Amino acid sequence: MTLLEVDGVDVRLGGRTVLDGVGFTIDDGQFTGLIGSNGAGKTTLYRVILGLLDPQAGQVLVKGRPLARRNPLVGYVPQKIALDPDLPLRARDLVGLGVDGHRFGPPPILSRARRLSRREQVDQALAAVGASEFADRRVGRLSGGEQQRVMIAQAIVSHPSLLLLDEPLANLDISSTNEIVSVLAKLCRDQGIAILISAHDMNPLLPVMDRIVYMAEGRVATGRTGEVVRTDVLSALYRHPVEVLEVQGRLLVVG
Amino acid sequence: MSTFLSNPAVHTALLVGLLVAAVSGPVGVFTILRGQSFAGHSLADIGTAGGAASYLIGTNVLVGFVSVNVVAAALMESAGANRARNRDVATGVVLGAALGLSALFLHLETESSTTGATIDVLFGSIFTLGSTTVPFVVGAAAIAIGLLVWIHRPLMLASVAPDLAGARGVPVGLVGAGYLVALAMAVSLSAVAIGAILSTALLIGPAAIAIQLTRRPLAAVVASGAIGVAVTWGGIALAWNSYYWSSSHQQWPVSFFIVSLVLVAFIGTSFGSRR
Repeated sequence: MTLLEVDGVDVRLGGRTVLDGVGFTIDDGQFTGLIGSNGAGKTTLYRVILGLLDPQAGQVLVKGRPLARRNPLVGYVPQKIALDPDLPLRARDLVGLGVDGHRFGPPPILSRARRLSRREQVDQALAAVGASEFADRRVGRLSGGEQQRVMIAQAIVSHPSLLLLDEPLANLDISSTNEIVSVLAKLCRDQGIAILISAHDMNPLLPVMDRIVYMAEGRVATGRTGEVVRTDVLSALYRHPVEVLEVQGRLLVVG
Repeated sequence: MSTFLSNPAVHTALLVGLLVAAVSGPVGVFTILRGQSFAGHSLADIGTAGGAASYLIGTNVLVGFVSVNVVAAALMESAGANRARNRDVATGVVLGAALGLSALFLHLETESSTTGATIDVLFGSIFTLGSTTVPFVVGAAAIAIGLLVWIHRPLMLASVAPDLAGARGVPVGLVGAGYLVALAMAVSLSAVAIGAILSTALLIGPAAIAIQLTRRPLAAVVASGAIGVAVTWGGIALAWNSYYWSSSHQQWPVSFFIVSLVLVAFIGTSFGSRR
């Protein structure tokens, strides 16, 4: 079933066309890579999907309904945020903000049962991303890969159907990158969470991607990796000749 | 010691000190989280224009501080809400203008009277506040604490990850403005108690100690308030006591003792724990 439908979205910011007729769909439980170089419009597209930016044309539907802000069906991991090492915030506290961080009012006087179930919810999310080990450490003192796991736990703690991740692999070393990719693949497989992950390098995602949304100059080409990452398709997308090379199992786009 | 606890000026000082520290400490934790120590210190200095004006026109000094600080906070937020650098520039501009005004007001005030306004505004007057100020202190403290309790979760989320907060439907700008109002109340209260110049010590000091002592956000907020109260009461007691051992039999300033206690505690915890 179609979970997310992005349909003919145009965004112009300061006279510049950032998104130009962007359209694609994501089905339940699919792993989709949003691939494009810096400045291709990936973050802008996320802002539209999250309802933070109104497009000049087109629409976004989640389960067939126009999206609202704070859609409980959508979890979000923003681009790397700088967390101070002295921040008085444990990994589990950050995940807890995923449960009720948007709520106003005094802290609720939870019954013991409710408190335990909240704690269990947080523990489950931490376990699902392999972060139980450092749940009680200050989040600002964790490594980049560990922080990324905690951010993912924060995003899935409220059981969304779709998880959006904005460049979660940027600035990670190879082993952390592979760990995060396998965590996401596991969430997708075991919990049926559909994933839309942006990256400028598609290679770490090749083994796990069901579909690719390739983005260049505000336009997209979508399909299975083999259908999209081809010299003719990408040359048409870029509107100038590019070549797709396969070097030792890695795909390179050369312009 | 018996005269200390039976003196009404001391009762007022202890009550005001309690409220001031119970507001400044928790607000300070968020000030550090948001990297707004400069805004906090600037608000205290900006407030001196209001504090000085209140002596000229004869209103309560806290009312002067609060009204100028709330307006200044609103200007700072609207001038540069979206970018940290814009915010610092806007803060700097408002700060300069306000200090100019406060220099003028204090000049006019000292021309016409001998109330010691300059010393009181800059270095505080916790022993000479008088009971008329107490209702204002209680009111400002209640507003600040109520506001902070109401917005603490969205404020935490927006302080740690503004993008995330926005995506979760938190009105990030409004929450930031609410926090600045609480900050304006906190620095006004500490300005009245220990002086505009030193109020940053009570805002940042206890919070800086608390976040070293605990990894938990709520515990840090509560600990910061408790540490604030401890150093404030300790400072009041030491200042009172200084009458007996200072060579001239003049009380030393409360502000000096409070700030010294903050510094000693901060250095102690810095060497102590690395949690």
